[in-house]
Amino acid sequence: MQPAVFDFQQNFFQLFGLNARYQVDSAQLEQHYRTLQAQVHPDKFAHLSEAERRVSMQWSTRVNEAYQTLNNPVRRARYLLSLHGVDTQEETNTAMPADFLMQQMEWREAIEEAQQARDEAALTELEARLQREMSELQQQLAVRLDDEQNYAGAAEAVRKLKFLEKLAEEILSAFDTIEY
Amino acid sequence: MTVALLQISEPGLSTAPHEHRLAVGIDLGTTNSLVATVRNGISVVLNDEHGRALLPSVVRYLPDGTVHVGGEAQREQSTDPANTIVSVKRFMGRGLADIGDISGLPYRFVDAAATGAGQTPGMVQLRTAAGIKSPVEVSAEILKALRSRAEQALGGELVGAVITVPAYFDDAQRQATKDAAKLAGLNVLRLLNEPTAAAIAYGLDNAAEGVYAVYDLGGGTFDISILRLSRGVFEVLATNGDSALGGDDFDHRLYCWLLEKNGLSALSARDTRLLLTRSRAAKEELTEHAQTRITSVLGNGEVMDTTLTQQEYHDMTQNLVARTLQPVRRALRDAGLKVEDIKGVVMVGGATRMPQVQRAVAEFFRQVPLTNLDPDKVVALGAAMQANVLAGNRGEDDWLLLDVIPLSLGLETMGGLTEKIVPRNSTIPTARAQEFTTFKDGQTAMSIHVVQGERELVSDCRSLARFELRGIPPMVAGAARIRVTFQVDADGLLNVSARETGSGVEAHVTVKPSYGLSDAEVARMLQDSYAYARDDMSARSLAEARVEGQRLLEGAHAALQEDGAALLQPEELQAIELLAEKLQQTLAGDDIAAIKRATDMLNQGTVEFASRRMDRSVRKALTGHRLDELEA
Repeated sequence: MQPAVFDFQQNFFQLFGLNARYQVDSAQLEQHYRTLQAQVHPDKFAHLSEAERRVSMQWSTRVNEAYQTLNNPVRRARYLLSLHGVDTQEETNTAMPADFLMQQMEWREAIEEAQQARDEAALTELEARLQREMSELQQQLAVRLDDEQNYAGAAEAVRKLKFLEKLAEEILSAFDTIEY
Repeated sequence: MTVALLQISEPGLSTAPHEHRLAVGIDLGTTNSLVATVRNGISVVLNDEHGRALLPSVVRYLPDGTVHVGGEAQREQSTDPANTIVSVKRFMGRGLADIGDISGLPYRFVDAAATGAGQTPGMVQLRTAAGIKSPVEVSAEILKALRSRAEQALGGELVGAVITVPAYFDDAQRQATKDAAKLAGLNVLRLLNEPTAAAIAYGLDNAAEGVYAVYDLGGGTFDISILRLSRGVFEVLATNGDSALGGDDFDHRLYCWLLEKNGLSALSARDTRLLLTRSRAAKEELTEHAQTRITSVLGNGEVMDTTLTQQEYHDMTQNLVARTLQPVRRALRDAGLKVEDIKGVVMVGGATRMPQVQRAVAEFFRQVPLTNLDPDKVVALGAAMQANVLAGNRGEDDWLLLDVIPLSLGLETMGGLTEKIVPRNSTIPTARAQEFTTFKDGQTAMSIHVVQGERELVSDCRSLARFELRGIPPMVAGAARIRVTFQVDADGLLNVSARETGSGVEAHVTVKPSYGLSDAEVARMLQDSYAYARDDMSARSLAEARVEGQRLLEGAHAALQEDGAALLQPEELQAIELLAEKLQQTLAGDDIAAIKRATDMLNQGTVEFASRRMDRSVRKALTGHRLDELEA
């Protein structure tokens, strides 16, 4: 069977009728997401032909992908940079500032300590601190992307955020090990 | 025969506009099963001829091939335990090794690894007086009983059914459930998560808005789902659970206590079943009373007489209750929420009647849980509401359901590690792709091992399928680009494809093999099945093919009338009309293969048209939106 034809000219921002900026109105994003899913979701096509069900699944999948990309600060920044032809080089460019790497090590040790001591309060505290650092970086991203068009600087902020996201995952799995 | 055909195709299946299509919701439970439907806008459970709503999920096989389902089978479970299958849901999509302690179970298990020809270990099977039965076949008997109950009550053939599954069911368990429905002759409109079904019933009944938790402790499974209800949207934020924890375990705990208390060991299958039944009755008694007396006469004539207080019972089951709270904490964390964000907690499943469970939930959430809907019926009622929507019986005012996948999906990478591709709690349908490369120079094949679960080691996750991508052009190690795509549909079922992006070599697999049944096995079971032996198989297939073709044709005509001129070039319009005409001609005849072929052709021929229609409706939706906002 022929694959369904998507309008690949349309990027995720266009799909949601939004300007391609880092700062998005999350209420509007969510509202448009729901409006789109209400049109394309497989539940609306369950009684229709196989062709229609298939097109619906592909569209609904795409709308979910678009929403998950735009709704997440790191993914949104990465996607916006890719629209500007900038690769964030998260896998290849590991040359991070020395003080940043030092901080990373301290974070890791603190998480490990809290996990070994099965100290939920300490983990919760670490989580809150990490959240604060992440939102600072996100503010930086907003300035660099929307105001300064400093894409190289934005790519570096994304790489840093990726590190912090990994830490957040480690905190979550530390919670898990404590509870299991 | 012609008369029979008319009876099959006429009643529910016409696609004339505004005609009510018969659709049901089925709660295929561990202990009891139910069927419900929407009548005059109200969801109702359909009772049997004796006015009973609950069908015990018990199937008994007799030596002459007769099958008893429900109460009739349940009454003989102590006298004929080996051939009377209870709680079969626990075996769905499971191998013998997964079931764990089988010492308390009176069945003769057949490990499919021993019978399968060179395949990975398959689903466990049961040896009965009527031959070896797969859990899928046993479940299909329950579904058949509910289907005939519904068709008698509604006076016609069903268009389709929504079947509920525990939210925490993995791919193998979901696939097994869908296969069982197919075997029972049901058209599955959707597999729906049980807590989500309950949320629909509860949310619509109470016009609820806000974040709710659904705590669903059934006979054999535990689910927790956190949902946000707002303006007609049911959005699952996170789900978690334990697909091997339920009311059965409370019975088993009490049973073990009885053995210990009375110094019993090595009971016969009959005594085991008898004491398990007594344990369950005692559990139910202790819901309302401070103490209960358990009496039995064992096979050897020994009389057992034991008194149990509510306090003793609560103490011995305390750790089971505590085990449900771990998934609750994880679900909250995954949703990024705290206890105080939860506006209400809906209780689902018969086991939530136990006072110690209600107390623990109230304590955890710091609020009294909601029990105003019958915890045994709420899932079936919600499933019926969803079936009514999916069958196309409602107009524009229906709701939108956004559900998630409960467990992460991934691939095995070097060193037996899991690489997660689709993280748990992703909204479905979803697709994710990941690129891999070759390990050795000149490597021309790559084996792909699909797993599900949260653990880092592949050996700790559930193996879903293994397949091979062959014909990769020889290159140096690391040069090939193999793109593996996971597509999860709205039923939560996975489809995997792999492609070498340079050469375009492709491999597809619908994830079934490891713990599921192959299409060939399902076909064989259909052939063997009792109901089909009586029916005229080919007449039935012809009727089904005609109904399907007719539906497609009517849909295509309606779509062409609406949009044909606007969205299609004259020659494209002509091509579709030609295919429709061809299908119309074959429908008049009785060549099943020709009807199916023509149906496929028209389906294929209208994909582009369907795609353009969708494209336009998407554009319209957002344009309308922006206008609204400008006006506001």
